[in-house]
Amino acid sequence: MAALPDPMVPIPYRVERYRKETHDTFTLELKPATAQRLSAFSAGQFNMLYIYGVGEVPISISGNPENGELIVHTTRAVGTVTTVMQSLRAGHVIGLRGPFGTPWPIEVAKGQDVVIVAGGIGLAPLRPVIYYLLNHRKKFGKIVILYGARTPEDILFRKEIKSWRKRLDLEVLVTVDRATGNWRGNVGVVTRLIARAPFDPYAAIAMVCGPEIMMYYTVLELMDQGIPKNQIYISMERNMKCAVGFCGHCQYGPHFICKDGPVFPYERIENLFTKREI
Amino acid sequence: MEDLKRLLASHPFFKDMKEDHIAFLAGCGKNVRFEPGEFIFRNGEPAEKFYLVRHGAVSLEIFVPGRGAVMIETIREGNVMGWSWLVPPYRWHFDARALELTRAIEMDGKCVRKKCESDPSLGYELMRRIAAIMQERLKATQLQLIDVYRKD
Amino acid sequence: MVVIEPAALELLFSALKEKGYHLVGPTIRDNTIVLDTLRTPADLPIGWEDEQQPGQYRLQHTNHTAYFNYVVGPQSFKKFLHEPRLTLFKAIKDGHAFDIQTPPDNPPAYAFIGIRACELAAIHIQDKVFLESDFQDPHYRARREKIFTVAVNCNRPGANCFCTSWGTGPEVTENADLILSEIFIEKTHLFLVKPGSSKGKEILENIPYREANAEILERHTQQMQQARQAITKRIESEGIKELFYNNLDSPHWEKVAERCLSCANCTMVCPTCFCTTVEDVTNLQGTEAERIRRWDSCFTADFSYIHGGSIRKSTASRYRQWITHKLATWQDQFGTPGCVGCGRCITWCPVGIDITEETQALRQIISVES
Repeated sequence: MAALPDPMVPIPYRVERYRKETHDTFTLELKPATAQRLSAFSAGQFNMLYIYGVGEVPISISGNPENGELIVHTTRAVGTVTTVMQSLRAGHVIGLRGPFGTPWPIEVAKGQDVVIVAGGIGLAPLRPVIYYLLNHRKKFGKIVILYGARTPEDILFRKEIKSWRKRLDLEVLVTVDRATGNWRGNVGVVTRLIARAPFDPYAAIAMVCGPEIMMYYTVLELMDQGIPKNQIYISMERNMKCAVGFCGHCQYGPHFICKDGPVFPYERIENLFTKREI
Repeated sequence: MEDLKRLLASHPFFKDMKEDHIAFLAGCGKNVRFEPGEFIFRNGEPAEKFYLVRHGAVSLEIFVPGRGAVMIETIREGNVMGWSWLVPPYRWHFDARALELTRAIEMDGKCVRKKCESDPSLGYELMRRIAAIMQERLKATQLQLIDVYRKD
Repeated sequence: MVVIEPAALELLFSALKEKGYHLVGPTIRDNTIVLDTLRTPADLPIGWEDEQQPGQYRLQHTNHTAYFNYVVGPQSFKKFLHEPRLTLFKAIKDGHAFDIQTPPDNPPAYAFIGIRACELAAIHIQDKVFLESDFQDPHYRARREKIFTVAVNCNRPGANCFCTSWGTGPEVTENADLILSEIFIEKTHLFLVKPGSSKGKEILENIPYREANAEILERHTQQMQQARQAITKRIESEGIKELFYNNLDSPHWEKVAERCLSCANCTMVCPTCFCTTVEDVTNLQGTEAERIRRWDSCFTADFSYIHGGSIRKSTASRYRQWITHKLATWQDQFGTPGCVGCGRCITWCPVGIDITEETQALRQIISVES
């Protein structure tokens, strides 16, 4: 009997480019280092990144799913492994496993308005969706991108946001929780942008990503504006050690975030969302 | 007056309010306009007005010694600004500065208070709406307070 | 069904060893019945009996000649199929890159001697996790494919057993390679043997046996009946999924948390618990790194840790997670409950928390409220 591939063994990928985004967030662009490669991914999925001798972390893919072999990950340094990752440079090799998880509902969204609400690092897992929407613009109705960051210094992908804003066929609203320096833009939580956003709640799909508490209030506001709960999608996060449904860490009620998520229609996890310590 | 009644009725704050109530209140209002950078009100000044923003953007700020003006929220079209006219000692608690060309309806607080006293049903209606706005602001402020994007 | 003499067990052991099996089964160590390598049938706990209560385990030696007058100890055969500690791969440093080496995985072919009905059921439950879900675990599979099972019917259930509630015992009703029943009629001591597979039949040919007569079969039926009646604990499985799903906010969890030490014993002894974690170690020079998988427990403080803190900080939430998973969410995940009624979690809980009682307590809260 042929040996079963072990889903826990990573494939070597080489850093093509390391880019600093903000004081604690950075982007890695990766290409295969050997003949092995991961299969094509969909927006919303994630990989497990292995750093030699340090550990492994789940990171959402933040690049263009139609961009061939290049794999892009935007990460915030919040723990041991991600902090060590800040020392990576072009030419360094890391291990990759994936892609894992359920994708954002791009197919379902075709023909409808799309409301994207991102909080903090949550913009990274949504960027692949934005790329797809903009490259296939005609397939979608109105597109609204709402982005909330902690302070102006924490705003990700500034150049890209500027280029999105220049377009006439989408609405981009950015806000910060706290203003610093010369900020002249919006101040206030991202939920406050929703009421002003131009979309038809009866024909819209919302995709929300950010800290759980931010997603919760965003979902409430979206529903207040008339979007039904089965048209709202969120991306959940839990501790992960394997990403293949064996280690048990990522369980959220009966769902394994690694294979039943991370993207869920809100309706499916509505009952769990308000439960504490679940 | 006709013009103002129409403007009031079209502002979200007065949505679904009875026509005669709006007409009654229109007597307290007037159209105003602020240039970019102009102060609409300042912390500590007597607060006798509230504003229904129709166009533009206003920054609510607190000036912190050593830090300068700290922007706490942006008020845009469709929003209402100011409720210090309701509660003694009727003084503003922040600065409000226009970020861009801003047009608003300025409602005279004393006038509105008088009208509310003579018509309690109008008073109740107004209170209801203002309470809703305060609640929304409070929720948003609380969310800002818990600093959702912090690392730990 | 055939009958063999106890002395023939020696021949059974030799036949299995000849076929290349590594025999493991119950043996005494540290005042407990553990599962370890068996060289001869004399390694089995002959004459030993166990007394199990919530939070209590005692062994006593008797002059009885029975090989299997006890039930399960703190270990389960899970430790042979789902290794407590396993190297996933080695990474050899090469400048800023590294080479990955996967060590060859050639596990022995185990013969599980004296495996009970509940344990066989537990293996089937773990099969669903590691072989029948979205991904397959090659390490589990490599071990699982090779096993030979010599199952044993339970004559003397423990006070904490409740296999009857799930239909997972005391009698072995599914196919093991060989199923043994230890029979005592007056002074006669025999083993009734039922081969459950062609592998089992083949091994049986190496042992002298004779046909089982009506008296022996009658005695077997009697013993099984007595065993079933001896089981006193019970869990009501009707509507159990909904019971837990509807009571996530019950104040009951705080009550259990007053006693629960979050020590993780229950998860370590449970034959179906499968959670693991990974560890990265390097040699002193830093030239080689190893990624190791080892058992973990949802009761540990950082099991649910994400940046910002653990999702389940309180003992109440962790106990709720364990029992809800075991009895409810497991059904939605894998199509069966996660519990086989072996009673280990009750025996080995230092404070004697009883999963059947906690379930009953929850039902009572509901009926009082309604």
